[in-house]
Amino acid sequence: MKEIYLDNNATTKVDEAVFEEMRPYFCELYGNPSSMHFFGGQVQSKVTEARVRVAELLGASPDEIIFTACGTESDNAAIRSALEVFPDRRHIITSRVEHPAVLTQCRNLRQKGYRVTEIGVDGAGRLDLEELKTVIDDDTAIVSLMWANNETGVIFPVEEAAKIAKSKGALFHSDAVQAIGKIPINMAASHIDMLSLSGHKLHAPKGIGVLYLRKGTPFRPLLVGGHQEKSRRAGTENAAAIIALGKACQLAGQHMDAENTVVKGMRDRLQDSLMSAIPHARINGGGAERLPNTTSIAFEFVEGEAILLLLSEFGICASSGSACTSGSLEPSHVLRAMGVPFTCAHGSIRFSLSRYTTDAEIDTVIRELPPIIARLRMMSPFGREHLQGKV
Amino acid sequence: MWDYTPIVKDHFLNPRNVGEIPNADAIGEVGSLACGDALKLYLKLDDNKDKIVDAKFQTFGCASAIASSSALTEMVKGKNLDEALAISNQEIADFLGGLPEEKMHCSVMGQEALEVAIFKYRGIEMPQHDSEHDHGPAYPDYEGEIVCKCFGITDAFLKKVIETNSLTTAEQVTNFTKAGGACGGCIPKIKDLIAQVLGEAAAQTRVRPEKLSNMKKMQLIQEVLERDIRPLLWADGGDLELIDIDGAKVQVAFRKACAGCASSGNTARMVEAKLRDLVAEDIVVEEVSA
Repeated sequence: MKEIYLDNNATTKVDEAVFEEMRPYFCELYGNPSSMHFFGGQVQSKVTEARVRVAELLGASPDEIIFTACGTESDNAAIRSALEVFPDRRHIITSRVEHPAVLTQCRNLRQKGYRVTEIGVDGAGRLDLEELKTVIDDDTAIVSLMWANNETGVIFPVEEAAKIAKSKGALFHSDAVQAIGKIPINMAASHIDMLSLSGHKLHAPKGIGVLYLRKGTPFRPLLVGGHQEKSRRAGTENAAAIIALGKACQLAGQHMDAENTVVKGMRDRLQDSLMSAIPHARINGGGAERLPNTTSIAFEFVEGEAILLLLSEFGICASSGSACTSGSLEPSHVLRAMGVPFTCAHGSIRFSLSRYTTDAEIDTVIRELPPIIARLRMMSPFGREHLQGKV
Repeated sequence: MWDYTPIVKDHFLNPRNVGEIPNADAIGEVGSLACGDALKLYLKLDDNKDKIVDAKFQTFGCASAIASSSALTEMVKGKNLDEALAISNQEIADFLGGLPEEKMHCSVMGQEALEVAIFKYRGIEMPQHDSEHDHGPAYPDYEGEIVCKCFGITDAFLKKVIETNSLTTAEQVTNFTKAGGACGGCIPKIKDLIAQVLGEAAAQTRVRPEKLSNMKKMQLIQEVLERDIRPLLWADGGDLELIDIDGAKVQVAFRKACAGCASSGNTARMVEAKLRDLVAEDIVVEEVSA
């Protein structure tokens, strides 16, 4: 069965051009970029090229790019660094809808005695900037807010938030893992100090990330050892993956317009068709500015895992904010923070598209999903009474 | 990926006995939309009102909830009420070729709906709970103190599930009942309940072998430590290591959270009591700092 892959916020296909770019750096050009000899030197020059390509996508300067192993490492490094830079500041601000890479770390730091404030969101998943203004103070070391939410695609006003953070002398970090490659970003005109990126979300392989660090921002490394990355991240460079990420960033820049027209068009058609075909459904974050590739739809009276398994029978790969698929039993912390009613929080499905998505694939989902929802509602003890035959 | 057996998958994709029975003799309902799963079970009895001749279900929930309900309806057909009542959640899971542990609560829900249906039919009082949490208790027939506010689960229900499934960690209890799976605020209480049930169980069942060779005794001590004691300590972030066995003297060293813990003396007594119950009455546990 050919897969219809609509789970690109989870991970993406490695672009074949990206794979070709990295291929020689395993068996042939395997030198260590730090070596003095010519053999390492030719790897070094490709790593430098990759750094320039990543910087170009971000509107940054190449020496502001630190290669890491993943988005999670970048997030951890940013927050840890801020706390070491400001040992007297004991307050961290984040949001209730962050990715666990940030949220878990902040909650662990709370156990260690830091004060952690989690800013809330409204029903559409929009950040409460007023709350940020109220809670920030001279004790705040870092404000860490995601650029775009992985479950709903809702985009946060990170620039405004960064200005508020700077006004109190705090550092500002953004987990931009879901945003980069999907919407234009220009760090040259930004107040953001640190930014996390993950390769496998934009058609590069897994195991490569970036921490953007604005020039002049004080920093303490998470990993110490060798002098790689100007001593800001020790450890031999994952040269092949770095080179792949450079290529992926170059391609992402070239596809940026299509992402926001063609991909967005398919996303809109998918959600509009599903919403008109299926009663008792709502788009999570529908009222907010969102990423062009993401839609999260809540179907009342059915449970997400059951929907995913039935979709999977047609080769359709999506994801759910449902408790039953995540190990935790609480429906997604993102949907709960948005106040999505319990009646439909359990039945939310996220579709995340990419430039590889085709119209034919969207047609298949539009054809197959409504009967799946109807079938599960017929089976549900709540379906009939609540829907009055309108399944 | 789905960690389900082919039988679970089959009962999910082709569920048996979906629907309502208009003139059902017994109906059992458990769960709620808020809990993320719910089951309404309908039973039809024969003219003697004893044998189950038909069973149907409606389920809101994940694949394993639907499969467990389907399995349950197949299992009860043809059984009389007492036989049906004897079905345990483990038997439902076994019927399906097993369930992933984090999905065991689905089999518990099935067993529970069956019990509620039969109790109700027999006119056994079903006390409704009146509590402040945002939705009704998941298992209304188990009156008691609400332990898990997120899912509305009482201590009486938890103790029953802990006991029938011989659960020893809070994580297992969450997998079987969902209690503690959301905010986690009740996990300490769940641990207390496990300790209570284990204490009671130990008092009841003294299945100690009569006379043991030294070799056998050492083996048994190690088994009991691995199976019954270390998991309990892990639940609290602690651990212990067996240092030496010399006749009846068992030397252990506490590790992790247990090391240097003010109440490690109590823990040592707990270990001793357990070993005396399950291995030999003369065992003395000594804490050493090796």
